[in-house]
Amino acid sequence: MATSRKTNIIDILFSSLTALASATIVFFIIGIVFVLIRESSLAIGKFGIFNFLASTAWNPVKGMFGAATTIYGTFVTTALALLFAIPTAIGIAIFVTEIAPNFLKGPIGVAIELLAAIPSIIYGMWGLFTLAPIMSRYVEPALQAAMGKLPGIGFLFRGTPMGIDLLTASVILAIMIIPFTASIARDSFNLTPAVVKESAYAIGATQWEVVKNIVLPYSKLGVFGGAALSLGRALGETMAVAFVLGNNHKIATSFFDAASTITVSLANEFTEADSDLYLSSLYYLALVLFAMSFIILAVAKFFLLKAEKKYSR
Amino acid sequence: MTFEQKRKIESVTALSLSGLAAAVGLFWLVYILTDVIIHGIGALNLNLFFKDPAPAGVEGGGLRNAFVGQLMITGAATLIGVPVGVLGGTFLAEYARGRKIARVISILSDIMVSVPSIVVGAFIYAIIVRPLHHFSGWAGAVALAIIMIPVVLRTTEDMLSLVPWTLREAAFALGAPYYKVIIQVVYRGAATGILTGILLSIARVAGETAPLLFTSFNNNFHSTNMNGPMASLTVTIFQYAMGPYKSWHAQAWGASFIVTLFILALTIAGRLIIKWRYRR
Repeated sequence: MATSRKTNIIDILFSSLTALASATIVFFIIGIVFVLIRESSLAIGKFGIFNFLASTAWNPVKGMFGAATTIYGTFVTTALALLFAIPTAIGIAIFVTEIAPNFLKGPIGVAIELLAAIPSIIYGMWGLFTLAPIMSRYVEPALQAAMGKLPGIGFLFRGTPMGIDLLTASVILAIMIIPFTASIARDSFNLTPAVVKESAYAIGATQWEVVKNIVLPYSKLGVFGGAALSLGRALGETMAVAFVLGNNHKIATSFFDAASTITVSLANEFTEADSDLYLSSLYYLALVLFAMSFIILAVAKFFLLKAEKKYSR
Repeated sequence: MTFEQKRKIESVTALSLSGLAAAVGLFWLVYILTDVIIHGIGALNLNLFFKDPAPAGVEGGGLRNAFVGQLMITGAATLIGVPVGVLGGTFLAEYARGRKIARVISILSDIMVSVPSIVVGAFIYAIIVRPLHHFSGWAGAVALAIIMIPVVLRTTEDMLSLVPWTLREAAFALGAPYYKVIIQVVYRGAATGILTGILLSIARVAGETAPLLFTSFNNNFHSTNMNGPMASLTVTIFQYAMGPYKSWHAQAWGASFIVTLFILALTIAGRLIIKWRYRR
């Protein structure tokens, strides 16, 4: 029985090794939370939780820090980006699954997945060199002329269009998350059983009626989860917006104002933070960002799992 | 207008709108890609690969340091991340198969895949860079490995689950212990799938910039010392694109082109392997 004991020991060793390897994921998450809290404890102690989140101060010289401006910037860019990206992505998904002739379905699907693989820094640099000039020269002046005089919303288009602003950053962010969102939406659409669609066609539904009344309700959960996943991605995106947002700590009321997000502040100021409180406040921002994106991603995952469960039967 | 006509018009309008949305979305994406290719090819020359950077503002020079640094950091990250990811995936798909712990870890890694990468950089800064008092290539590699592990882990888990259970039973029946079954039967059956996962995870981290900003930092000189600050293509692109000089911008485009080409090649290779392996 000597050999069987030996193999037993090896088997136990190997299984423990694999268990340890998979536990690293848990270690990372706990470690990140622990380290972020430890590093930001100085700022938490000084500013508290509510005061930090609500304060618009960001003054390294006076040692006054608050998260409101960057959280605001994060939410505005993300919301605008999703506003542009989700309809476009759903349009792409409808086009690929329902409209496109068969010989186009494959290539467009592959193209979307390849574009989702392009790193964000490429989008960011392209935004700085190509999109920002286009925005400041053509798009933003035109928008300003068309909308700037309207009562109620005119203030959104105030200021000098420089191209380095909330609108440009949101557009870049939108372009970047479109492929990702579209491929999740397409996968959810594809889950609709062909039989159900065919039945609808058989009783005389038009193509749009099939999409609207069969495909969309059927894939609702998946699309919603996909949108939430894109939201989580967009919140934590750094390089796509770092080039074109201007890292300006203020509550921007116009789309043409420079602003900052949590990620952009971290990228620009982390290595320049010269006091402990400054660095600690940046860690505090990172903690807020991590908490937000973790919760949103968990919600997204919850919806996607629910969708999977519902249709795997 | 009859009801039928109205429905038809509505259908055509709505579908044209979604076609238009698709066209708009694809237009921007194609625009970016052609822009990177045109500017990138224009900036390519041998000096870019074989010379170190010239002093700021001086024409000429290249990015040899960044190419070498990028390869070393990504390579080290792969060496750390792949074994951990593959072993972790093995645990979820084999030893913990069907157990609650496997589901929990699997969901947590799905979340980790999308966690903001800049937070990982800040984490590594606190646990490696500051205690050692200097930026280092290793710190960058560990940061990238942390991003890589959940990706490899999840694909490994999925690929191992695809291997039919009967195959394992056949091996058990011959008296093989579980570890031998895994290494000699299951891994062989899933090898191409795991390889694809590895390729895609390398593609994923090769373009990461944010986690390198405060870990491997940057270095204007050629260095193969992983214990010191190291240049990488992505951080160099960030620095050069934000810089004031035309020659820097051109080199940033060149570097972007190479990074994009590398990542797309890996992604396409991954897809081709899957297609070749799992086609009916």
